[in-house]
Amino acid sequence: MIAAFLAIVRRDLALSLGSGGGAGLGVVFFLSVVTVVPFAVGPDLVLLARIGPAILWIGALLASLIGLERLFASDAEDGSLDALTLSALPLELTAAAKGLAHWLATGLPLVLAAPVLALMLNLEPAAIGAVVLTLLVGTPAVTFLGLIGAAFAGAFRRGGLLIAVLVIPLTIPVLIFAVSATQAAVVGPVPFGTPFRVLAGLALFALVLGPVAAAAALRAARA
Amino acid sequence: MTVKALVGDNLSCRRGFKLLFEGLAVSAAAGRALVVVGPNGAGKSSLLRILAGLLAPTSGTVRLDDGSSGGGESVGEHLHYLGHEDAVKGALTVAANLAFWRTVLGGGGLQVEEALEEVGLGGLGRLRAQVLSAGQKRRLAIARLLVAKRPIWVLDEPTTALDVKAQARFAAFGRAHLADGGLLIAATHAPLDLGPTDELRLGGRP
Repeated sequence: MIAAFLAIVRRDLALSLGSGGGAGLGVVFFLSVVTVVPFAVGPDLVLLARIGPAILWIGALLASLIGLERLFASDAEDGSLDALTLSALPLELTAAAKGLAHWLATGLPLVLAAPVLALMLNLEPAAIGAVVLTLLVGTPAVTFLGLIGAAFAGAFRRGGLLIAVLVIPLTIPVLIFAVSATQAAVVGPVPFGTPFRVLAGLALFALVLGPVAAAAALRAARA
Repeated sequence: MTVKALVGDNLSCRRGFKLLFEGLAVSAAAGRALVVVGPNGAGKSSLLRILAGLLAPTSGTVRLDDGSSGGGESVGEHLHYLGHEDAVKGALTVAANLAFWRTVLGGGGLQVEEALEEVGLGGLGRLRAQVLSAGQKRRLAIARLLVAKRPIWVLDEPTTALDVKAQARFAAFGRAHLADGGLLIAATHAPLDLGPTDELRLGGRP
């Protein structure tokens, strides 16, 4: 069963990192959003430093949603989903494996790109560290909540807007606690740990809820 | 475990407003092929998906008969379903595609190279699957049946796009599977030489 789980992770990684896989799309989108903000806000370094963490998080959140609509849809179209369903691996773990591969291909690069982009927003080292840490914990939560929308898009053959409409409301708590943890690290008054622990809790919750709900959506489509 | 029969009781299927079939009793026994025939749109594919557990019947049940009184086994882990789509990823190599399904579906059958040789794709393992022709992709999908050993084969028009020689070869795989005590349920328009065969006719009503 572990072998099957790893095989799905490996295959999805190979597919998204290979040609036409679109793993780089998220990072490019992230880069574009963060780059245009200083031009739009103007050369006010204090203001940029204050809203920087929020900008980085909004960019990362939207970038995480890119590519989700194809996650199950491509497998549903070419018949792979039928065969995957017949594996000894429960559908929940199949969904989790696909989520993990998607995060490794699209979420992790966002975390790695964030420190570089943070420099453009005049963030101080403590704030950069806090943003990277919250992204590392928070983007898996966003991806796994996104599995729910991805499964709907795959099961009912409706993509695009549906994902954003379904998933963004679910990710709002993650966004709130991630940004407030960063603010806490820089200006206080609450210690960084308080909102960060809530964020970690939300992430753990999403890691369980996402695959279970996605599997339920895929099963419901069979009725 | 040895599966003696796959039995569907009192199956009905409604797609939209159309009642495809109702009160249908299906029984596929080990060692005998069950061929489902009928005109286009008669519900052959729906019936096969129901038997494979990929579609919920409007009413009725599907169960495995394994000789014990218990039952309740999940059907999915014991069967191969070969649908209209080949479940082949064009961006991966032929061998990688097959190795993936071998791992995910539990293995126990032929090695990847042997299976490719069997279906006539020997030496093409390192090519990307997107360069294969429709018939070659079909052969790759059929190779999936050989790499993971499962007692039940549910095949939806398995020989589409195959040439005459490959069809004969496929029929030989089917006969070997049946001789090994397996079950085989196929929907087909082309006559297949699968040995002892039961026929189930769907449709016929206006």
